[in-house]
Amino acid sequence: MTKEPEHASTVEIDADYKAKLAHMAGQIADFFKSYPEEQAVHSIADHINQFWSPRMRADFLAACRDGSIHPHPLAGKAIGQIRGGGRKDG
Amino acid sequence: MGLIKEIDYGTPIRVGGDVALTIDGQTVTVPAGTSVMAAAMRLGTQIPKLCATDSLEAFGACRLCLVEIEGRRGTPASCTTPAESGMVVRTQTPRLAELRKGVMELTISDHPLDCLTCAANGDCELQTQAGVVGLREVRYGFDGANHFADARDTSNPYFTYDPAKCIVCNRCARACEEVQGTFALTVTGRGFASRIAAGATDFLGSECVSCGACVQACPTATLIENSVIAQGQPEHATITTCAYCGVGCAFKVEMQGDRVVRMVPYKDGKANEGHSCVKGRFAWGYATHKDRITKPMIRDKITDPWREVSWQEAIDRAADGFKRIQTRYGRTAVGAVTSSRCTNEEVFVVQKLVRAAFGNNNVDTCARVCHSPTGYGLKTTLGTSAGTQDFKSVDKADVILLIGANPTDGHPVFASRLKKRLRQGARLIAIDPRRIDLVKSPHIRADYHLQLKPGTNVALINAFAHVIVTEGLIDRDYVRERCEAADFEAWAKFIAEPRNAPEAVEPFTGVPAADIRAAARLYAGAPNAAIYYGLGVTEHSQGSTMVMGMANLAMATGNIGRDGVGINPLRGQNNVQGSCDMGSFPHELSGYRHVSEDATRQAFEAMWGVPLDPEPGLRISNMLDEAVEGVFKGLYVQGEDIAQSDPNTQHVIAGLTAMECVVVQDLFLNETAKYAHVFLPGTSFLEKDGTFTNAERRISRVRQVMAPMAGKTEWQVTMELSAALGYPMTYRHESEIMDEIAHLTPGFAGVSYARLDELGSVQWPCNDAAPLGTPIMHVDRFVRGKGRFMITEYVPTEERTGPRFPLILTTGRILSQYNVGAQTRRTANVAWHDEDVLEIHPFDAENRGIRSGDLVSLSSRSGDISLRAEVSERMQPGVVYTTFHHAVTGANVITTDYSDWATSCPEYKVTAVEVRRTNSLSQWQEQDRASGVTQRRIAGQTPEAAE
Ligand code: SF4
Ligand code: SF4
Ligand code: SF4
Ligand code: FES
Repeated sequence: MTKEPEHASTVEIDADYKAKLAHMAGQIADFFKSYPEEQAVHSIADHINQFWSPRMRADFLAACRDGSIHPHPLAGKAIGQIRGGGRKDG
Repeated sequence: MGLIKEIDYGTPIRVGGDVALTIDGQTVTVPAGTSVMAAAMRLGTQIPKLCATDSLEAFGACRLCLVEIEGRRGTPASCTTPAESGMVVRTQTPRLAELRKGVMELTISDHPLDCLTCAANGDCELQTQAGVVGLREVRYGFDGANHFADARDTSNPYFTYDPAKCIVCNRCARACEEVQGTFALTVTGRGFASRIAAGATDFLGSECVSCGACVQACPTATLIENSVIAQGQPEHATITTCAYCGVGCAFKVEMQGDRVVRMVPYKDGKANEGHSCVKGRFAWGYATHKDRITKPMIRDKITDPWREVSWQEAIDRAADGFKRIQTRYGRTAVGAVTSSRCTNEEVFVVQKLVRAAFGNNNVDTCARVCHSPTGYGLKTTLGTSAGTQDFKSVDKADVILLIGANPTDGHPVFASRLKKRLRQGARLIAIDPRRIDLVKSPHIRADYHLQLKPGTNVALINAFAHVIVTEGLIDRDYVRERCEAADFEAWAKFIAEPRNAPEAVEPFTGVPAADIRAAARLYAGAPNAAIYYGLGVTEHSQGSTMVMGMANLAMATGNIGRDGVGINPLRGQNNVQGSCDMGSFPHELSGYRHVSEDATRQAFEAMWGVPLDPEPGLRISNMLDEAVEGVFKGLYVQGEDIAQSDPNTQHVIAGLTAMECVVVQDLFLNETAKYAHVFLPGTSFLEKDGTFTNAERRISRVRQVMAPMAGKTEWQVTMELSAALGYPMTYRHESEIMDEIAHLTPGFAGVSYARLDELGSVQWPCNDAAPLGTPIMHVDRFVRGKGRFMITEYVPTEERTGPRFPLILTTGRILSQYNVGAQTRRTANVAWHDEDVLEIHPFDAENRGIRSGDLVSLSSRSGDISLRAEVSERMQPGVVYTTFHHAVTGANVITTDYSDWATSCPEYKVTAVEVRRTNSLSQWQEQDRASGVTQRRIAGQTPEAAE
């Protein structure tokens, strides 16, 4: 099993791909939006944590932070609960 | 090893109270309603018979089965006489012997006596019965009127009808009605002139769907498989499981040496109980087709010709490629796709290779593109990712809600069961944009066909629930006892809102509110109501929401947890259920346990001896996205054709082309292999041992009947690849893989090859709590504890029609072809479907000047293709329909990459398109044809050797 590097860090993610991640997060938010906000935000983050790879989460979070995407407001609120900062291997 | 002959009781065995009678001096007890003939067979006494067989109701035509019954006058037919308590029956007396001889004499006098050269020689009931009754002479002579000169009907590619040999026992016509439910055969004429007729012309031109039931029922050589005519009678047989669809029919493979003579449905197979469809019964010729690639091949670039090499060289090339990529681009830059056509064991080793040898969780399966929403939706609401019933359960259903499924084409053997139940009086509600056959077919008519606009499923199911909630049709006791109270209350409040009312959704679903109300009341009011659904539910941007919507409905009306009810996905490919069970998803280990669960992961780590990644890996769509991004570089594809089956072909191809190492393991050089660097030949289901798990969670054995054509089975090759990657596996037999699965997966704990041999098949969970398996789930409590209602807000798909693309395209499949068609296209099934056509409503056709047979261009924002049009009223105006069985059509060039919000299952069922007449292929099709030739070249062979 090859260990390092975890992924090529130099790759620029393009706008289409970022938009796609934002779109996916928006669809998830659209499902949970009928729940009370706190529960919805938690469920959105939980869904993303459970089903997105660390890199997808990291790319999504980075794109949200640098302002290159503007996710669904509820998905935006979930950012704080999306795992991404902690692990290195994403 | 010899042939396998199931006992024929002559008439069906009933279930009911016991009656005891005496037959030839022995006493036997049978359920009331059982015939004297079947009762005798219980004692091992075979009463001579010709027109009776136990797959059919007794008919009483041949009079060969006469018996004497004390206290009764005459000699009643034992097949039509029910056994009664105290009856004293005699099956052999001089009088009976004379009568039977007389009957045989009459029958034989009109039958050619060419037994020695007859294809059924050795397997003919007429011959057997002549022997049994001791026929020695035929007093009527053979020169009377006969039908010897009548022409044979050879129109069906798989069987022949030779009227000269017909004894007009009617078994074929009854099988077509009772077993298959097609009513294609009739008896024409009377007395001596009576004959069997298939429609007005011949079998191929009739309603016949080539299921083979009539051939199997025929006691003579009148209806017989062409393969038997060509090859002769088989000499040994093995029980195996069909490799086509999720019904998972059991078959006897009847062989001569290592050559298949025919596949005959196995009566003791619990999924099919002796029935079959054209694919499993007849379309197995692909397994030895000349296009099979049996040597490993490699090439440096996809534009190079393939080069045949040794196994070692191919495996080293693949392993080196993956290792190089991981070193250069990172551990997560490679992954694999497992196949729903492969066995559980094969799938398990591939996902193990990914997790243990690649060291990531980038494994996905083709179920992603069909039933992943089923997994997500049912797990969320009920606690497990599978259907709730066995197929037999439909026999007890009173109302059947069929949603987005076309079982007569997709799941034919289940459809026959369903049709039987409908003929007995069960009611049918069909929800489908297209008028599927079940809406109206012989002796069946749906009570409601809710012909909704594609993409509005969730709105419609919410409206159903709205009626149930607001009209007080909830099963309160069930909900209180079985479901989470707070979730129920929240859901009920949501669903009762006016925006979910039938009247509110009528404008955009296109379904009259009154029909929704009536259908919802019918469903809610039934003693037993069952939901069956297919890809018309899952392949939407709200696929998972819809699955949860159906689960809500079933829970609200108390329709889960007993016979005759439930919520049942009709799975596409043979082992979709199994490949998901085996841990083929990037976030789950076998048995649907998330990779982040420490205890589960630790159990695997202890057994596998490596640390496992606790983070989810990539889905197929994400792998392709990241490939286009330049960060995902290597893919191992097991028996799947993602370049044909996945949506937005051009994006898939862009992803594959961007990879540095694509390894394809398959029977044929498929579309995906055009973009591969290493080709590892696979094995057909005839060449390996293993198990498949069907749509009712039934695990059945696949048994090897011939040696692997490429010299190795697929799991052996996967093991060698894993070893070359630095992670050796040491299984010596498929059964050892199953033992490991059982050890690591609680629902499989009781499964082993020994158990399967003993039980025939078993439905998981099979463990200490349920050693004989679990036909029906959630009986006393839900797997997750309490059932969870989920709020299912309708969110319209973003795929919208507009001036450029005013029509909606939806896709599906037909009976004679299977999925991407790689197998069925290589059989005589092309007699029924040799190209994909576009069905279009007369209104839309006329507006565009299109007539049936015209070549039309079908375009969406993803791309365009050309295909023939068929004007059809099955579609509603505004909706067009096609299949995706033929790669050359490229139907997925059209589909977009919109997908289900929870699982990324593609939205195949809704694409905005335009249709216009054309006289040429599309640019994509032209290019594809050209690349098909160049990218499939094998050094030293002419291009025709490939497809
Ligand atoms: S093959 Fe099946 S459908 Fe065709 S006539 Fe025979 S029983 Fe009927
Ligand atoms: S074709 Fe076969 S099954 Fe049908 S009536 Fe003739 S002999 Fe009987
Ligand atoms: S119904 Fe499915 S499993 Fe059964 S024979 Fe047909 S294709 Fe095979
Ligand atoms: S078998 Fe009973 S009448 Fe033919």
